[in-house]
Parts: sequence; structure tokens; C-alpha cells
Amino acid sequence: MGKYILGRILNMIPTLLIVAIIIFLITRMLPGNPAAVMLGPQASAAEIEALTEKLGLNDPLYIQFFDYIGNLLQGDLGNSLTYNMPIIDLIMERFPNTVILAASALLIAIIVGVPAGIIAARKQNSIFDYAFTTFSLMGVSMPIFWLGIMLVLFFSVNLGWFPATGMGSMDEGIGNFISHLILPSIALATIPTAQFARITRSSMLEVISQDYVKTARSKGLHEFFVICKHAFKNALTPLLTVLGLQISSMLGGAVLTETIFSWPGIGLLIIDAIGKRDFVVVQNMVIFIALIYVVVNLLVDISYKVVNPRIKYGKGGTN
Amino acid sequence: MSNELLKVENLEVQFKSGSTVTKAVNGVSFTLNRKENIGIVGESGSGKSVTATSLLRLIPTPPGNISGGKILFEGKDLLTLSDKEMRDIRGNDISMIFQDPLTSLNPVFSVGDQIMESIKLHQKVSKKEAKQKAIQMLQLVGIPAPEKRLNMYPHEFSGGMRQRVMIAIALSCNPKLLIADEPTTALDVTVQAQILELMKKLQDEFNTSIIMITHDLGVVWEICHKVLVMYAGNVIEYGTVEEIHDQPMHPYTWGLLDSQITESVEDHEMLTTIPGSPPDLRQEIKGCPFAPRCSYARDICFSKAPEMVEVKEKHFVACHFQTKETRLNRKERSTHVRAVVKS
Ligand SMILES: Nc1ncnc2c1ncn2[C@@H]1O[C@H](COP(=O)(O)OP(=O)(O)OP(=O)(O)O)[C@@H](O)[C@H]1O
Ligand SMILES: [Mg+2]
Repeated sequence: MGKYILGRILNMIPTLLIVAIIIFLITRMLPGNPAAVMLGPQASAAEIEALTEKLGLNDPLYIQFFDYIGNLLQGDLGNSLTYNMPIIDLIMERFPNTVILAASALLIAIIVGVPAGIIAARKQNSIFDYAFTTFSLMGVSMPIFWLGIMLVLFFSVNLGWFPATGMGSMDEGIGNFISHLILPSIALATIPTAQFARITRSSMLEVISQDYVKTARSKGLHEFFVICKHAFKNALTPLLTVLGLQISSMLGGAVLTETIFSWPGIGLLIIDAIGKRDFVVVQNMVIFIALIYVVVNLLVDISYKVVNPRIKYGKGGTN
Repeated sequence: MSNELLKVENLEVQFKSGSTVTKAVNGVSFTLNRKENIGIVGESGSGKSVTATSLLRLIPTPPGNISGGKILFEGKDLLTLSDKEMRDIRGNDISMIFQDPLTSLNPVFSVGDQIMESIKLHQKVSKKEAKQKAIQMLQLVGIPAPEKRLNMYPHEFSGGMRQRVMIAIALSCNPKLLIADEPTTALDVTVQAQILELMKKLQDEFNTSIIMITHDLGVVWEICHKVLVMYAGNVIEYGTVEEIHDQPMHPYTWGLLDSQITESVEDHEMLTTIPGSPPDLRQEIKGCPFAPRCSYARDICFSKAPEMVEVKEKHFVACHFQTKETRLNRKERSTHVRAVVKS
């Protein structure tokens, strides 16, 4: 197991390197001189030239690239000129906000999606099951930006229950904090909730008629434990896969949600930085997100082993 | 304490799907005394498993439904108990083992956890005591190095070993009744014999009564005291093993006995089958359900259902021509030989 994890961690390096190359090339292909955009229309040609030189943008592309990778490998993410701070501080400032939003959305998705899926499987072909199928299909195909805007229109503008944008400070009380969190969380949770519900239902349906479920009943276990312990643990493997995918794509979905609700996380930061042509920030943020992806994936793979003793990992392998 | 452990009266079980009703069990009655074993035999689909699972009220509802009868266990009708009272009986007073040991243990829990679960559920013991008891049970069912095996998962056990674990789970709370639904069918022949041997040994030790569902009449002769022959959801013959073995009366039972594999002189195996197939249980059956396949059938068999008659002491048959007054003459088995299979 230790060898397996080590192998997987070593495997991350080429993945991240490829991401680094791609994002480097993409940012360099954006039109316009970043120095000019950063300085604004009033800047003189000399000022622009000075900044271009300072950013290293006059160097050949491969020199720029090796500088960038070299720094990256030393753990130096560099400084952002537009935000006037080291990028690492920028991440530290913004990333927790994204985590709060994603965690809250994930919580909603699990609390709502998983039990709904279990009940639908238990009551297959009932009215609940049919309603469930309809809503979960709507859920997975919901465009987040549209839903986000509708939520704001209805709950903020019409009803005035929740603030439309921004993040509430804890200093103004937990109530304020939560009321800011609710709408973006719901928007971000919609697709994962529907996904969890669908996958839970289908994998529960598969295990619910198995012999060992009958055995559990014949022991005299309460139906709740029969379903939630014996059946559910067997249905967990596919659910974990989806969970991993959803955590990853939530960080992506967060870009959209954070933009709609002006939530000050890394998603909003990236959009902001693209507007300001702050390559350094964009590059590093993308690599950071890629890092989160691979780490989440590894955690999911490790957790398979915990829920399913039949899974064996190759020694130090990459499977 | 009454000697009568279980008395099933006119048990009826139906499965509804849409507008069709399948009458899977149609008035099954029998009694079982303490320390007595009963074998339930019959072709596939005759309602053996449904009868057995109904006793624990484990029929999937819907579509299934116990639509009539009584299941008196130690005098209490199980059909009138609350869910909670019923759960206290399952795995504790009555436990069950199933046909396929490869699928009846939960693959994601260790064998020890699965044994201890029953023990902790029904007995007021500490975790440590439960573990001790689980080790003891594994030892009893003949699993070597039980302390080590406790933490292993079902996929690390062979089929025979898993059935031993199932038996350990089933007997862990000292049940008064063990229902075994074809416990050896999925195992290979040598393992079958070992498992049967084990069940016999443990039955003596635990004083458990067994309901043994099987296709193999050999198993019945070996461990049962009574036999219940089922056909299309009905009991068509019921009596002591001695009676049924020596003097079977129903033509269907004759067919079953003849279709058991026997060895002939030239090392061939003669396989006799009963011609035709069982009736569709979704349709109303008029007359004797076996009549269309019965070579002794006459007009009355198609119009009137035969009553269960005690033709001799402790021997019941449902056939118009096997009564106290009349007898059928059993034909030679060769009249319905269907296939000869080389072994
Ligand atoms: N869950 C169910 N839904 C609908 N019908 C069922 C269900 N379970 C059993 N039946 C019906 O009940 C009848 C009896 O089935 P049962 O499983 O008791 O047969 P059996 O005697 O145990 O056969 P086998 O020897 O193959 O195990 C079958 O004809 C089947 O159609
Ligand atoms: Mg069966």
C-alpha cells in the first residue's frame, strides 16, 4: 500500500508537468502585450517596455519556460504584479473560500442525493421513484449559470431572503456568513446532488436483491441496517468514483458559480487574472487546480480499498 | 414444554404483479417436533423456497404476500407478531442458510464481523465475549486457525468453507430451528458430504430441528425424520421417512424417486424424468395439479382436486386413487424412461 501511494505520487509529476506546458503555451498565445494591458491605456511606450523586460517577456519562449518550470520546482510560485503579493499568499487567501463553498455544496449533495437514491431504489417503480428520475435528470442537465441567475432573481431580488453576491464575514456573525453561502452552495450542489442520487439508486438496485442482503435480514437485523450497512457498503464503490469526479469538477464548476455570485475564491481569481492578463497568476492557479485534481483522485483510489477488501493494488505499480 | 416446535397450517403465499397472481404456495401444512428434521422435496418451482422463507416472513413484500394460514412456532402464530418481535426470532430462534455460499456472505465485511453481528444482536455480551464466541463457532464448524480466519474476508475462503461460516452464523445463537435451503447444491460432491456430516453432528450438539430443502432424496433419507413432497405449491404427500421411503404412494413421488440417479450394471446412469412440466401457477388449477402429467390420471383427476387423506398412520397423500379403500398399482419405472446418460 505504501509503495502504491509512493508510485502514484511520483506519477503525478509528469501529469502536472504536461499541464504546466499546456497552460504556459495557452497564456502566451493570448493576444495583446500583457504589460500594456496591465499598465492601462495611459502608460507610455517606455513604461510598457520596462515592464515587458521585467516580466521576462522579451526572452525567447523556451527561456521563459525553463525559468518558469525552474522556479516552480523550487516551490517558488513568483509574485503577482497586479495583486502586488506573492502568489502563494494569494492562494492562501482565496483557496479556503473555494473550499468552504465546495464543501458546503458537497455536504448538500451527499445529504440530499444519497438518501434520495437509497429511497428510490427501495421503492422502485413507485411514484417517488418516477418523480426522482425526472428531477435527477433535470438536475444533471441543469446549466449552472442559468440556475444561479434564477436563484438570485427569485430568492434575492424577489423575496429578498438571501444576499445576491459576495461572501459574508464571520465577524458579522455566523448567520450573515451562512446566508451568503446558501445560494452559491445550492447552485454548485445541483449537478452533484443529481449525480449522487442517480448513481446511488442504480448501484443500490444492483445489490439490494443479492443473497447477502437476504442473509442480513435472516439474522434479525433491522431493515435500516440491512439497507444502510449491508447493502450500502456494497454500493459504495461506484459512488466513490463519482464523488471523486464531482469534487474535481466542483473546483471547475466553482469558476462559474464564483463568478455569478462574486464569491472570492480561486475561480473568481482566475477569471479576474485573465482579464488583467496576469499570466503568472493564471498559470499557477491552473497548476494548483490540476494538483488538487490528482490528489483527490489518489484519495479516491485509496478509499476504494477501505470500502472494498477485494481490491488489491499492484506493488508500487500504477494501476 | 410441548414437544411440538412448529406447526404450519394451510399456508398460502401469493405474488402479485399487475393483474396476475401467482399462487406459489397453496395450503401447505405440516408439523415439526423438537429435534426432528423434515425434508421438503419437489421439482424446481414447486414452492419449497417460498414456503421456507415465509416461515421467517422474509418474502419480498410487495410483490409477495402471505395470504393465509398460520405459522405456529412454540404455539405463537408468527404471522401475528410485530416486526420487532419477528426480528427477535430471526437468527435467534429460527435461522436460515441458503443455497449459494459464494453469494450469501457479504463480501465487504470480515467473516468475524458477520458472525459477531448475530451474536451481538441477540445476546447481551461484550465485544470480547462475542469475539470469543465467534472463534468458538468457527472451530466448531471445522475451520482451522479460527483466530486468524476471523479477520479474513469471504473471498479468501473456498465454497465449502463459506458454507461452514454460514452454518456458524446460523447456529451462533443456538436456534431451535434451522432452515437449510439446498445448503449443499452449489458444492462439489465430497464437500457436500462433509457439510451434511457437519450439520448432523451439530444438530446433535445444539438440539436444533432442521427443515432441509433439497433435490437430493439421498440427503432426506440420511438426515430427515419426515418428508414433505411438494408439487405446484401444494403438498401432495407427507409422512415419516420410513413410510415414504418404503411405501411411497403418490404417482408424483414415484416419478421423483425414479428420477434420482441410480447406477445400473454396466456403469451407466439411468436418468428418468417425469414427462411434461409443472402447471403455470398464474392460472387457476382445476382438479389435481399433477393430473396432466400423471400416467394414472382418469376423468375425476381433471375435475376435482383430491383431498389430503391419512391413508396410514403418519402418512398423508392427496390422490383420488390412494385412499384408505383404494390403491394404485405402481408401474415399472421403464414406462417413463426419458434419457439414458453415460456417466
Ligand atoms: N419474488 C418473486 N416474485 C414472483 N414470483 C416468485 C418470487 N419468488 C418465487 N416466485 C414464484 O414462486 C414459485 C415457487 O418458487 P420457489 O422459489 O419456492 O421454488 P422452489 O421449489 O424453491 O424451486 P427451486 O428448486 O428451483 O429452488 C415459482 O414458480 C416462482 O414463479
Ligand atoms: Mg428454491
